[in-house]
Amino acid sequence: MSEEIEFDTAGITKKFMYVNRKAPYGTIYALEVLEAVLISAAFEQHACIVFIDDGVYQIKKGQDTDAIKMKNFSKTYGIIAMEKEDADEDEDLDMVWRIIVEKESMEARGLNADDFVIDVEVIPSTELATIMAEQEIVISG
Amino acid sequence: MIHTVNKSPFERNALDSCLRLSVKGSPILLLEDGVLAATKGTSISDKVAAAQDDHPIFVLGPDLQARGLAEGDIADGITVVDYGGFVDLVVEHGTVQSWL
Amino acid sequence: MKFGILVNEGPFTHQASDSAYHFVKAAIDKGHQVMRVFFYYDGVNNANKLSAPQADDRNLVKLWGELAKEHNVDLVVCIAAALRRGIVEENLADGFRISGLGQLTEVGIAAERLVVFGD
Repeated sequence: MSEEIEFDTAGITKKFMYVNRKAPYGTIYALEVLEAVLISAAFEQHACIVFIDDGVYQIKKGQDTDAIKMKNFSKTYGIIAMEKEDADEDEDLDMVWRIIVEKESMEARGLNADDFVIDVEVIPSTELATIMAEQEIVISG
Repeated sequence: MIHTVNKSPFERNALDSCLRLSVKGSPILLLEDGVLAATKGTSISDKVAAAQDDHPIFVLGPDLQARGLAEGDIADGITVVDYGGFVDLVVEHGTVQSWL
Repeated sequence: MKFGILVNEGPFTHQASDSAYHFVKAAIDKGHQVMRVFFYYDGVNNANKLSAPQADDRNLVKLWGELAKEHNVDLVVCIAAALRRGIVEENLADGFRISGLGQLTEVGIAAERLVVFGD
């Protein structure tokens, strides 16, 4: 690898949002956004990981990829849930992570909160729009 | 926040999701195939006109021209900008949310 | 203003790389600083020096490299995405460097605006 160029980010905490709108496996966006979220944990920033439209399927229980021979990465969302819990419990750490499913997207697809591999906040679009408007960096996959 | 939509409303639900999840008053920029949402006389013109009540809407001129569309082909009240204008909108309105 | 850019798609198949390129040029022309362009997902293919478009068409790989050189823009290709897609040092175009996904988070923090171009 060539010489690293690094920016000074010490002492800065920003609000990141990762927007997931696509179902898993049909495209790679679900997996690669997940990887970006996991790497970002080390930077101790605020993060909203949001599942909208077909993105809600990324965290659906019961994924079995044996027959399509693709890596089943649904368990990896558990690590995001753990990062969130650790951040919530650490009183010395100013890092707030939220895992959000848009209510309308979930219901339009006949799903409910029990269908997901992790605990999520189910939030209606009007409230989610306000949360989105507060974010500083939006990474769309 | 400024929202961008780069896919056609006839192909994807990006514009619909953007409209559902953008707060009133936030600007929307249409670019690439998303410029097709700006054209007059389509099956979604009413939806876009309604959106204009809540959002200033901009469209990227170079992408209109590329697709054989002129300013006269787009709905009243939608503002055409170039790449410089796109930059200015981002500077002015803060965080960009790209609806892909 | 300081910008970071994320390019999600490779050259030619989608317009994303073109749109990003023109945005970056316009930002620089207006006197802004583009700190880093991060190439992720198929965006890493913008760094493939073996790309050989038709002679009468734009050569995005070269255009990005020239932009980087002329205006000191840091073009970073994500190593994990690159490995998946066969972009390695041996076929890495001039002006690009391969690095970790943390460089995306980093420019998100350091820049004042992050703009995503994708499909």
